[in-house]
Amino acid sequence: MIVNVEKCMHCGACVGSCPQNAIYLNDVVLEFTDDCNCCGRCVRACPVGALKLEVKK
Amino acid sequence: MKLKYDVVVVGAGPAGSLTARHAAEGGATVLMIEKKPEIGAPLRCAEGVSKEGLKKVGIKADRSWISADVSGARIVSPGGKVLQIDEKQAGNEVGVVLERHRFDKAMAADAARAGAEIMLRTSAVDVIKKKGKVTGIKARSYGEPLTVEAGCVVCADGFESQVARWAGIDTSLKAGDITTCFQYRMVDIKHDPEFCEFIIGSMAPGGYVWIFPKGDDTANVGIGVLLSKLKKPGEVKTYLDKFIAKDDRLKCGQPVEAIAGGVSVCAPLDKCIGDGFLLVGDAARVIDPITGGGIVNGMITGMHAGKVLAKCVESNDFSEAALQDYETLWRDDLENKLWRNWMAKEKFLTLPDKTLDSVIDTLNEVGVERVTVYNLLKAIRDRHPDLVKEFEEFL
Ligand SMILES: Cc1cc2nc3c(=O)[nH]c(=O)nc-3n(C[C@H](O)[C@H](O)[C@H](O)COP(=O)(O)OP(=O)(O)OC[C@H]3O[C@@H](n4cnc5c(N)ncnc54)[C@H](O)[C@@H]3O)c2cc1C
Repeated sequence: MIVNVEKCMHCGACVGSCPQNAIYLNDVVLEFTDDCNCCGRCVRACPVGALKLEVKK
Repeated sequence: MKLKYDVVVVGAGPAGSLTARHAAEGGATVLMIEKKPEIGAPLRCAEGVSKEGLKKVGIKADRSWISADVSGARIVSPGGKVLQIDEKQAGNEVGVVLERHRFDKAMAADAARAGAEIMLRTSAVDVIKKKGKVTGIKARSYGEPLTVEAGCVVCADGFESQVARWAGIDTSLKAGDITTCFQYRMVDIKHDPEFCEFIIGSMAPGGYVWIFPKGDDTANVGIGVLLSKLKKPGEVKTYLDKFIAKDDRLKCGQPVEAIAGGVSVCAPLDKCIGDGFLLVGDAARVIDPITGGGIVNGMITGMHAGKVLAKCVESNDFSEAALQDYETLWRDDLENKLWRNWMAKEKFLTLPDKTLDSVIDTLNEVGVERVTVYNLLKAIRDRHPDLVKEFEEFL
């Protein structure tokens, strides 16, 4: 997952929407844990479009 | 560092603060931790509450945290039909627009005065479990590791609701039960400062646009859209910008604050307690699925939780069985309404704009004295046979 820090408003909408509980927001820093399965729900949940899914090869 | 308390509350929102206060008032040693450096900030709310709701949790309205007193609410259909609900008719259901920066601090201050300790910039990162029982949390406080042992961990971490999931209750939501929101505090606009306005229809799929007065020419203007209706990243903000650009009262104004956030609009959870932990507020998913309002519901759960925890301290028993009283009390207050409103929400989001227009018509025809979901459904049955098919399962 790629976080656009210029767009992210640290609102936690992605955290609560994550089915895997794989996102951690430490006040202003978003971290994705290994539990992330790239389902992409957070990308749509983000009200301001700050998240992007980029699958690593 | 290692600390020990009867109760550790994770999250200093209204639900956490009321839990902390009532537990401390009943004699528990309480620590409330909050990951942000300031309670109540940044804002993630449209700030509307009912006077009745505040009364219910025993909180006296205080000018210092009220932005605006409103005389009612207006629900506007896609075709511009207006249903006006005056304060008296709504049985005090509408009421005040808060200043949450101050309100949340005032609630935390009450907890502090009752004896609760507060730690800011302290973020729970995991729960500690021994033999399946939650016995505390691991946290980071001002960047340093911290362990807190506690009889009970209160998961009051809001929409994010991570602590409960670490503890073992799955609070994850379906896409159709999540609303994502974006809001501006707008100034120099020409809204009616006497009414909270809710605008429904396909310009806010599965949700609505709100205009909540903040005094004079200022209001919270925001939108919530159901996650399952969103296709492109960042669409929520785009929906709101489009709405404002088309509204003559709003397009002349300017934003002074922009906020975002998520809201759950789900049916009640099966379980909000476990050995050594319980859930309150947004973390317990008790937001009203129709209105998206969660301040009062959160405080109701907090009040019950705090009182039950104070009793648990006396017997030093924080087992699931001992916490059962909390489960019973909050469900008596909220569960039926949450179920009913969730079912109504599921229905409403299937209705096309034209049908929404006739629903508002129906309500106006009967002049609903007390607008509740129940009354709405009854009005439909009595006055609009054409809608009965849509609402059959509720009638
Ligand atoms: C845009 C928007 C508009 C809304 N409008 C309204 C409205 O008009 N009326 C209404 O009644 N409700 C409204 N709501 C809902 C309302 O804001 C919530 O229901 C209410 O704040 C819930 O209170 P709470 O105490 O459960 O959680 P919160 O107020 O969210 O508090 C949770 C706290 O926990 C902290 N936290 C989270 N994780 C951790 C951690 N790991 N460690 C430590 N602390 C942590 C957070 O920083 C936060 O301060 C709105 C919500 C949104 C997003």
